[in-house]
Amino acid sequence: MADLINLTIDGVPVAVPKGTVIVDAAKKIGNDIPVFCYHPKLKPVGMCRMCLVEVGTPQIDRNTRQPMLDAEGKPVIAWMPKLQTACTTPVSEGMSVRTNTRQVLEARNDMLEFLLTSHPLDCPVCDKGGECPLQNLTMAHGPGVSRFDYEAKQHNAKHVPLGDLIFLDRERCIQCSRCIRFQDEVADDHVLQFHERGRHMEIVTFSDPPFDSLFGGNTTDICPVGALTTADFHFKARPWELDNTPSVCMHCPAGCNISLNTRLETHTGGHEIKRVMPRQNEHVNEIWICDKGRYVHHFSRAEDRITRPLVRDARGNLSESTWEAALQLAADRMRGRKVGGIIGDRLPNEDAWLFGRMFREVLKSAAVVMSPAIPAAYADIARTYGVGKDTDFKQLGKGDVILLVNGDLEQCAPVWFLRLRQAVVDRGARLVVAHDRPTKMHRYAARIDKYELGRAAHWASEQAKPLAEEFKSARNLLIVFGDEKLSAEGARSLARSLANILVESEHAGKANSGLLPLYPHGNTQGVFDALPSGGAMPERVDVAWLVGVGENNALPQSAFTVVQELFLTELTKQADVVLPALSFAEREGTFTSADRRVQRFYRALPALGQAKPDWWIIQELAQRLGAKWSFQDAGQVFGDLAAQNAQYTGLSYELLSRVESQWPPVGRSDLYYGGTVYDNTGGVGARYAAGAERAGFMAAVEWLTPPEADIEALQHLPRVLYQDGELIRRSKVLAGHIQFNETEIARAAR
Amino acid sequence: MDKHVLLRDLDIPDIRELAVYQANDGYAAWRKALTGMKPDEVMGVVKDSGLRGRGGAGFPAGLKWSFLPKDIFPKYVVVNGDESEAGTFKDHQLIENNPHQVIEGVALCAYAVQAGTAYIYLRGEFYEPARPLQKAIDEAYAAGLLGQNILGSGYSLDIHIHLGAGAYICGEETALLESLEGKLGQPRLRPPFPAVQGLYAKPTVINNIETLANVPPIVLNGAQWYRQYGTEKSPGTKIFCVSGRVNRPGNYELPLGQYTIRQLIEMSGGTIDGCPVKGVLPAGSSAPILPVSALDTRLDYESVQAAGSILGSASFVILDDSVDIVWAARKMVRFFRHESCGKCTPCREGTFWALRLYDKIVGGHGSSHDIDMLADVANGMANKCFCLLGEFATSPILSTLKHFRPEYEQFVREHQNGLPNTYGDQLIRDHAISVAGGSVVEVAY
Ligand SMILES: Cc1cc2nc3c(=O)[nH]c(=O)nc-3n(C[C@H](O)[C@H](O)[C@H](O)COP(=O)(O)O)c2cc1C
Ligand code: SF4
Ligand code: SF4
Ligand code: SF4
Ligand code: FES
Repeated sequence: MADLINLTIDGVPVAVPKGTVIVDAAKKIGNDIPVFCYHPKLKPVGMCRMCLVEVGTPQIDRNTRQPMLDAEGKPVIAWMPKLQTACTTPVSEGMSVRTNTRQVLEARNDMLEFLLTSHPLDCPVCDKGGECPLQNLTMAHGPGVSRFDYEAKQHNAKHVPLGDLIFLDRERCIQCSRCIRFQDEVADDHVLQFHERGRHMEIVTFSDPPFDSLFGGNTTDICPVGALTTADFHFKARPWELDNTPSVCMHCPAGCNISLNTRLETHTGGHEIKRVMPRQNEHVNEIWICDKGRYVHHFSRAEDRITRPLVRDARGNLSESTWEAALQLAADRMRGRKVGGIIGDRLPNEDAWLFGRMFREVLKSAAVVMSPAIPAAYADIARTYGVGKDTDFKQLGKGDVILLVNGDLEQCAPVWFLRLRQAVVDRGARLVVAHDRPTKMHRYAARIDKYELGRAAHWASEQAKPLAEEFKSARNLLIVFGDEKLSAEGARSLARSLANILVESEHAGKANSGLLPLYPHGNTQGVFDALPSGGAMPERVDVAWLVGVGENNALPQSAFTVVQELFLTELTKQADVVLPALSFAEREGTFTSADRRVQRFYRALPALGQAKPDWWIIQELAQRLGAKWSFQDAGQVFGDLAAQNAQYTGLSYELLSRVESQWPPVGRSDLYYGGTVYDNTGGVGARYAAGAERAGFMAAVEWLTPPEADIEALQHLPRVLYQDGELIRRSKVLAGHIQFNETEIARAAR
Repeated sequence: MDKHVLLRDLDIPDIRELAVYQANDGYAAWRKALTGMKPDEVMGVVKDSGLRGRGGAGFPAGLKWSFLPKDIFPKYVVVNGDESEAGTFKDHQLIENNPHQVIEGVALCAYAVQAGTAYIYLRGEFYEPARPLQKAIDEAYAAGLLGQNILGSGYSLDIHIHLGAGAYICGEETALLESLEGKLGQPRLRPPFPAVQGLYAKPTVINNIETLANVPPIVLNGAQWYRQYGTEKSPGTKIFCVSGRVNRPGNYELPLGQYTIRQLIEMSGGTIDGCPVKGVLPAGSSAPILPVSALDTRLDYESVQAAGSILGSASFVILDDSVDIVWAARKMVRFFRHESCGKCTPCREGTFWALRLYDKIVGGHGSSHDIDMLADVANGMANKCFCLLGEFATSPILSTLKHFRPEYEQFVREHQNGLPNTYGDQLIRDHAISVAGGSVVEVAY
């Protein structure tokens, strides 16, 4: 590291990269310079004036141009006459900083006293109370008593809706602009702004609909006071009453790390998720999550959760039963019959693994598939030519190419959108986009290709050779693609053509290069990996066994149906045996994101009624059909998976729960620095190697002719984040956002 | 000084007409530059002349132009006509009565730095004086003095007028740029400086109107000619805006350093009724007040600074013995509270708090303790604000306390029973307060 800069802060030496600002340098050596407007993920603005420090630089002799030395041979420091903002001042060689002098301490006291003159101090009813930077810094650096005339306090509106998800308390806002800057710099949704001036300056939203962004919730985490609160959490609980459990979001392929904040509800006696917060993982989501991940959790305590096994009785009604009776009935019906199994791609790896083993070893049937079905047509290609194991989105920048084909990145993987957008906009990666319609990523594209509806695979097979030629000179080549509006055959052809580009441009199997598939959900890759390959569903089976498939519309015909589900869905109501499953919040397990990072989630809520984890239910049925399995917990199942599945070799719960120090540090007592985001105590997970990186791999080019675009393929909907579905429907707070998508064909016909 | 250099309308009443202006050396410098001078030569003359910025900071104009990177285009010239400082009205007279000289100055500056577009930013209230300026610009276009390929030189320039929306902060150069870009008028973080990343993040010169009005005579007659006026460090002539308790308020153009404040007051007809001077504000409300002991200070940048204040835009507000210093200070603090952009904590909250304290004192409820608190609040702000507006706001408080503390003490002793008192009307007008049972009740603030 040639360009490290040396400086001292209160006499303590520290070396940091060029361009680092003083606040960050101090943080490195545990010196918490107080900040309000500064946020390590945003550009500095220097407006709150909380971080003032004394700064000096070595005095240079005019004649010799060398630093002047004092009698002891130490450099003479020329102190700047005014205090400087540590958040905007970059370090320089030989700089000296003082953060504990009377002048500095008085300035902190002054700024806090100023802020408090217009602050309502309604901490006892404020959602931020207990985790509030303003509270903490006032305790640490502020005046003990108020000299401001209480009667002269200005009163402002306290309940201003900024859209339907965020409320603004104008009295509490300290005008730090973190929220505005997050929306401008990170989300690129310019929906917030200051309005008016001086004391009248307030946050307003000027988009229509108001606060039109998929990321707004993050502003409530980084708001250093209780000025911004979510409609979901506000007035729901006090932060110190909450338990915090590390978890993983499964609603898109990114696999954001989250924290589930839960509380025992005395009025119901049950535990509930009170809010979902981002959990720092710089490999995955940094400190952000999208609003779906934040607000969709209500399904975990939905009123129609099934809490006991149900069996169709003599009169044809579903009625409550016992586990023993229900399992026995299901097992009896399966024994010796043709069973077809479908498992949803939001189920954890452990469940999918036992489900697969059940079909392979016990039922000896290949009729086991994943729902939705199309990703299975190309997930092997995505796994083989996927991004290299050591891929780090932060390293993508100048010299790199990102090719985005047939996917709306923001809608399909919101947090990847944030990260790849920054790679392009802030760090200079070249973006090439191909799609049949404009998406938000088109804004940043250096080149845009457009093809006819449903012709993505054709475009790719035609363009692959010239693109490969063009991308040969790229430092890295990341190819992001989606399967929207494609048939299984088309999607496979697309993935194969894109893999060919990697091979021919010599980027296959490299870190920071490879395929990044925009799968529909959070464990599509994991479920695919866990199931036996080559599964296919016949048109007719004797028994259909459906595990967490939601509203699948590609079911086989069957005489008998066994369903494992969370709620009484339309599908569940048709079943003969219904086995109640635990949600992700009530059990542990692992998910594998689309970039093949395997991550653990933990139990945050007690079991609901008699519901059980899906892997347990599968094992019970397997045992009744002769299997000698005796897994005690999900960890043992994972061990079995890791021992038998080549991709997962070497992985263990222990390894996945490994944490590492991350920058910027968040979640400590200095929560003013990074916001109320949670520290990662649950593990950062591990990515398994792509096929192309493994020893003995021979890269090959193979061309698959895409099918002529057919009507059926076009019926696949453009994928949107707030797509109507069984889970999102149960979050009332998102009711105004759910999209009931019509097909392209229906739209065209209108 | 036999003839005015800037306020030439005082010598030649119709100089606002293009023909009259041209008959009196108008656009001669422009022709000279375009036909015989390289851009660097124009910049060199202005550098040598020592012309200092007339907008407030007094920064050498030619030096500022030389900071623009040569190889980045487009470049812009932005002309600061926000003229919002209390008691400043010189740019107003220039654009209304001698607009072609302003335009010629803008054009020469643009040529020197090779900018293709110039914006003249005028305060929103200048919609009247903007008209003669626009008319002059139109005439210049029609005469081929602006526009494409001017005078066959190959150089092209467009000049646009932009009216602000009425904010003092938009006179601060970076807030002005934000406002010009259509954003909220708040100052920007520096660096980058406007010379490197200014308007639309391109290299930009920002100069005051009066500054640029000096450029045509400098280019035409040379740096030495210009330096016959003024001092070594403050060359040239400067317009002094005199207002307050004088008989003949108005603009006076004088060579820098030749006269004293006392002489300026005499030129302005002396104080009304010959009342003794109590203090002088040399740069409107932004600079520390000077006491009578400083009346013999010479009128140049360095002398006023040595006396403990700033020459700034040279808007001299003369206060005599009939002026109550507490009342005057309150008025200035109210101005700053009203104009604080709100970006930074100390200015946003400090101006508000300080005004509350003044209102308490003026409303007849103050004490010695409140006077101390005023000093505390101002010291809490001082040297900690994001931009100079907040720093300016401390000067009426700290400088009047420094020179007139006994008057404050006397004021609180004499105003102890709440409203109504002599200043009640003022408070009532400012805040729509009502007077109930002798105490101040706020209706809307
Ligand atoms: C709060 C504030 C208000 C200002 N108002 C004006 C103004 O109205 N007109 C002006 O020319 N300069 C004003 N200035 C100075 C400008 O920032 C800038 O220094 C000036 O336009 C530079 O031009 P000059 O070098 O020709 O003086 C102001 C500065 C501050 C901090
Ligand atoms: S709402 Fe919060 S984040 Fe936004 S400016 Fe106000 S205090 Fe800062
Ligand atoms: S971006 Fe994806 S993984 Fe992250 S919170 Fe949103 S839906 Fe969940
Ligand atoms: S000092 Fe701060 S609040 Fe005041 S005008 Fe400047 S930036 Fe705005
Ligand atoms: S000014 Fe540095 S943290 Fe706000």
